[in-house]
Amino acid sequence: MIELMLSAALVMFGLAGAIALIRIIIGPSLPDRIIALDMIGVILVSVVAVISVILNTRAFLEVILILAILAFISTIAFSRYIERGAIIERKRDR
Amino acid sequence: MKINDVILHAVTKIVVFIIFTMAVYLFLSGHHNPGGGFVGGLVLASAFVLLFLAFDMETVRHAIPFDFKYVAALGAFIAVASGVGSVFFDAPILSMTHGYFVLPIFGETELATVTLFELGVALAVVGVVVTIILSIGEDI
Repeated sequence: MIELMLSAALVMFGLAGAIALIRIIIGPSLPDRIIALDMIGVILVSVVAVISVILNTRAFLEVILILAILAFISTIAFSRYIERGAIIERKRDR
Repeated sequence: MKINDVILHAVTKIVVFIIFTMAVYLFLSGHHNPGGGFVGGLVLASAFVLLFLAFDMETVRHAIPFDFKYVAALGAFIAVASGVGSVFFDAPILSMTHGYFVLPIFGETELATVTLFELGVALAVVGVVVTIILSIGEDI
């Protein structure tokens, strides 16, 4: 029963990833695409967690941490790009 | 217009130390588990990139006062020196060794000279990645 639920969860994560990919392609504005990219990062973290539960292993937990870190940093970088136009500023305006 | 980014600064000051801890864990677990100097160096570089993103370049340069090109050069030197050092013990170049020692807190611990090589690789990766991202990321 639990394996059926986990497999169904994987299928639904795949569907959610496909929908987010469609939103990235046809997204009307740039913030839509950024939110969809962040959502794909969260979906990847969830998929890795479910797969590590299915395989009954602990070897993928570093993958979850590193994916979360990279998704966080990329979301911050995109947000700064659409807000200020520059990724890394030379001098902060005070 | 002055932009209010208090939340980003407050979160960054905490998350950077979590990423540093993750990098050190990955660096030290690289002998028997996934990880190692290259991955640890990449995670460490991502922590520096997060600092450069949240704050500006002058502040981080003032807080971390070393040039990352010299860090890359020092890492390459450490890696090559740990490889050449095995020549003086009548062994082929880049051959590594390990031994078991009894340390005060950790008990019996396996210490390997691969860690020196990995340290060089990690420093080289940090220096190169941060230099590349600063070169292509700064506004003109």
